[in-house]
Order: sequence, then C-alpha cells, then structure tokens
Amino acid sequence: MTATQAPRLQLLDGGAAITASALAAGCRFFAGYPMSPFTGLLESMSRELPEVGGVCMNAESEIEAVNMALGASAAGTRAATGSCGQGIALMQEAVAEMALNETPMVLFNMARNQQDYFQCTRGGGWGDYRTITLAPKDVPEAVEHTQLLFHLAEKYRAPVIMYGDPILAQTQVGVEIRELDFGPLPPKDWALDGSTGGSGRSRQIWTWAMGKTTDPGLGPDGQWRMIAEKFAAIEAVEQRSESYLVEDAETVVVAFGTAALFAAHVVDELRAQGHLVGLFRPITLWPFPATALEAATRSARRVLVFELNAGQMLDDVRQYVYDRDTVRFIGGVSIHDSGMSFGPLLDAAPIKERILAELDRPSTQEVAP
Amino acid sequence: MTESRIIDTTKAPPPPAELAAKAHPDLILGEHGLCPGCGEPVALRLLLEVLQELDVVQRSIGVVGHGCYGSFVQIMDVEVLQCLHGRAPSCATGIKRVRPDGVVFTMQGDGDMVNEGLQEVLHTAARGENVTCILLNNGVFGDTGGQQTATTVIGQRTKTSLDGRDPKTHGYPIPIADLVASLDGVAYVARGAVSSAGSVARTKRLIRTAFEHQLAGSGFSLVEILTMCPTGWFVPAAAGPDYLTESLEKTYPLGELPLRPIRLEAGR
Repeated sequence: MTATQAPRLQLLDGGAAITASALAAGCRFFAGYPMSPFTGLLESMSRELPEVGGVCMNAESEIEAVNMALGASAAGTRAATGSCGQGIALMQEAVAEMALNETPMVLFNMARNQQDYFQCTRGGGWGDYRTITLAPKDVPEAVEHTQLLFHLAEKYRAPVIMYGDPILAQTQVGVEIRELDFGPLPPKDWALDGSTGGSGRSRQIWTWAMGKTTDPGLGPDGQWRMIAEKFAAIEAVEQRSESYLVEDAETVVVAFGTAALFAAHVVDELRAQGHLVGLFRPITLWPFPATALEAATRSARRVLVFELNAGQMLDDVRQYVYDRDTVRFIGGVSIHDSGMSFGPLLDAAPIKERILAELDRPSTQEVAP
Repeated sequence: MTESRIIDTTKAPPPPAELAAKAHPDLILGEHGLCPGCGEPVALRLLLEVLQELDVVQRSIGVVGHGCYGSFVQIMDVEVLQCLHGRAPSCATGIKRVRPDGVVFTMQGDGDMVNEGLQEVLHTAARGENVTCILLNNGVFGDTGGQQTATTVIGQRTKTSLDGRDPKTHGYPIPIADLVASLDGVAYVARGAVSSAGSVARTKRLIRTAFEHQLAGSGFSLVEILTMCPTGWFVPAAAGPDYLTESLEKTYPLGELPLRPIRLEAGR
C-alpha cells in the first residue's frame, strides 16, 4: 500500500472496458453470438458476469440472444446484448418489439465500419419508434456511454444502442472504471416477478397494451400514441454533441465516432496553418443534435461531412444545418481487405487532403456525394 | 338394480357434480373470444388450474407467442410477457435465468413453435433450461384462418393445401415432441389432447407432471396438446373432437414420450 491514492487505471481493450463499466452499472445479464469485432465483448462478458452472480449466454443465434435479453429485462434485470451489422439486422425484430412494449435494453453494435448509421438511427423493425444511439469517439468515452446507456434505457423504458467500431472494440487503453450517477430513475413496478398473479390485475408486457378484462388498458392506439409522444420528448431533451473551434470557423467538418477523433487532429493541424476550420461531432446520432448543429454552422461558409460510408449522416446534416447549400460530402466507403474494419480513408492525411481540396472551391456550390 | 339406472332429473345433482358444473377457474377473468368448438380455452383452463393446485400462481411468469391464444393475455390472471412469433422459449430462458425461483412457462401454437420458432425450442430443450413449454397443436395457423403449418398431417385440408397435405408437394409433418424427447437436457415430454372428457383429465395430469419436473429443477419439459380448430379444419364445430381423433392423433400418438435412452451426464 502506498501513502497516496493512485488512480485505479486498468489497461483494457474496448470490449473488456465496456464489460467492466456495464458491470459497474449493474448489468447482470448478457447474451450474444460471436461475430467480429463484437466477439471480444462477448468473451469478456462470459468471463466477468458469473464472477458477480450474473449470467452470460453464448446464444445459438442473434435472434435468440436478443430475445433472451428481452426476457431477462422484462423480469427486471439490467440486460444487454450486441453484435455488429448483419447480426444487429437479425435483432431488429426484437428491437422494434422492445420499443413498442417498453422493455429497456442496451445493444452494443461493435460495428465493422460506419455503414450502420441508418441501421442504428432509422430502426429496421416495424412500427413508430426510434432508438437512442450514442457514438463514442474512444474507449474512455465508451466506458462513460455504457453506464449512460443503461440509465437512458431504464429512464425511458426503451432499447438504446452504442454504435462502436473495430478500433473502439480492440484498442487497449488505460481506463478508470467507477460507478457513475446520472440521477434517479422511476421504480421498476412494471417488471415481471409473478407476484401479481391471481390479483385480477396481473402484470403484462405487450405491444398492444390491452389490459385484463378487469382493467381494459390503453389498447394499441393509446399505447402507440403514448410511445410516439415519448420519443418526441426524448428528441427534445437528449441531444448531445461536441463543438470544437466552431465560433469563428469558415469551414465546419461534421464527423462522428472514431472518424471524428481523426478529424479533430486534422482541424488542429489546419488551424496551425492558419485555416479557420472547426469540428462538429454528434454524440447522439439519434436524437440528432439539430439545435447545436444549426448554431455551429450559422456563420460557416461550408460544412464538410466526413463519414466512412456512402453518405448516411449526410441526410441528417442537410436537414439540420443552418444553410443546406453549404453542405458537401467528403467521406466515402473505405473498407479494409479483411472486410472487418476501416480502409485507408480513416487516416489524418487523406482527411486533410479532402478538406484542403474543398477550401479552394466556391462556397455556394453543392456537390452531391 | 334396474331402477337405479334411471336418472332423476327432477332434483338438483348431488353437491360434487353441482360444484364441478358451476366451477369457474379463479385465474380466468372473463370470456374468451375464440370460435365455437375451439380446444384452446380448455387447454388454458387446465394450465391455470394446475398452477393453482401447485400453489405457484404468485411466482408464475408466462411467455405467450402469437396465435389465437394470444387473446388469452387479457383473461389469464398470471403475469405474462407477450413476445414475438416463435421466440417464447428464448424469452423464457432469459426470465428463468434471472429469476430461478420463478415458475416459467411458454404457451405457443404449432405455427409459432414448429414453423417460426423451431430453432428456439430445440436449443432451449438442449440447454436443459428449467422451463415448461406448452404447445397447442391443431395443425393449422388458426389466427390467420387455417393455413398449413409444419405439423399439418398428411391429407389434412388447409387454406394453402386445399386438396389435403401431399408429401410430394408439401413435405412431411414434424413431430416436435419426438424431436425434443431425443435431446439430452430434457426432463419430461408428453402429448395430450382435449377432445374428450378422458383426454382432458389425462392432459391435466401431464401438465401437472411437467411443472413438477420444473419445480424439482430437473430440466426442460414440454407438453404438446392436440386441440380442435373446426374453423381452420372446415368441419362443423361439433365434429372437431372426432376429426382430431381420426387425423391428428394418428400422426401424433398420445401419452408420455420415452426420453433418449443414452443420457449424457448433466454438467450442472
């Protein structure tokens, strides 16, 4: 023992760090099906959860994994699951169900690249719903987001998504894991434990919200109106973003996740060379930080969207930027030969090259992707 | 001796019969909205009576899939998660794993369990999950109006096999209870029916035994219950029980099923 309290930094990769943070948040059930680069998270969950009396299921499919987690969550336990792209696609049926029957759930999309933006923010299941989606830029932020996601899932009784990537999943960094307090939560009086059986009003979890014959309940119309109002309320209050050097920026670069980390580095380099460049980073991909984006781009001559896909967030930026005629797309599809990670476009040099190329163009010309 | 054969209808029946005739299960809150001659309400009643007799109502959690019986959520006075088509065994797994003291059961139809959810039920059985699955098998998709399912028997007419199920065109029915009985991790598999007073009484005993296995922690249990669907079968309501006996029962013999003779040792 030393006299001073040393910071309790642990060297962990993204999967292990998220696991440790999830356990600190009280997660006691996890189910998943191996798929790179999500696999590391599943492996660390399978090691760590039994140590704290929790359960980790190596499910036989993504569909089973998400429905196991749905069951555990419906029974009142903090539960999570995850996968990447194709696996999340299989889970969308249950994500929609959870949004409509109001079951909390944390889904970790440890994605292969940034091509799941629509999948995370536009749903993919049936019905009127949205999913709160957080896109951390690095492992320490993912650690914080993990606990925030469990809080938001329970606060709103809804499925929520972390949109990670291979760099986030596999990079080892020193992180401090501690329990974070995001404020009080409503009681879990909806959770199934069997105790109301025989009371005439035994609990039920159902997308149609038709009550017992003794208690007619909201019914599907009332239930889905209530859920639509809930998501509208979430959209108004849960927007999160980061604006970096945008006050005097003639050029605002918009990027999310790991790509934003690289873009921030490039912005610093360009600033040092005298260019008035800033960065806007959506932290919540849904709700999209519309108000902050509008403010950050009010005086910009050009808004450059850098994302590693064919232009998915571009839709949101065009929708909410102060002047849509200033928007240009400078990202693109860039996949590693393995198919499992980013290609060469995720690097400071090509990002800088693309920004510099745009600085020479007339500011009012809109360029399609 | 001959005069005792004449039933005196001028007086009320003696108390036990009278009680039985008037009895309304405590856990059924209202009237079901299913078709005349449907067998599913009988199966629901048996299930709820067993839970009550075992005195586990206040720790029971049901998982109900999609089908006609989905409307039972409103009238069964037991906590229920209504889940996606086919996924009930996976949801039940999650519930049981975090509430090991809960009495967890699923109720699914044949379209739900054997078509959409075949993988779910087989893996849940093979994992030896300590839950009880109830299959209501009528050989058709009743809720959508009588189309062919994976358990439709050879020759059975459905809306998508109007001339009867022909194996050359439609393949063969899947005896799911037999498949499940062939897996390790399974504690009890049985098949009953609700087509006669006798079969109803026997089926109730099968359901009770299945739950007793769950309460003893011995592993996965499944009770398949053959139920009547005269609407989906294109037969008069009153002909349902006879049709069940002549068609479904021939393919799916009733009784407790023998488990796999070679049993791997339980690892937990």
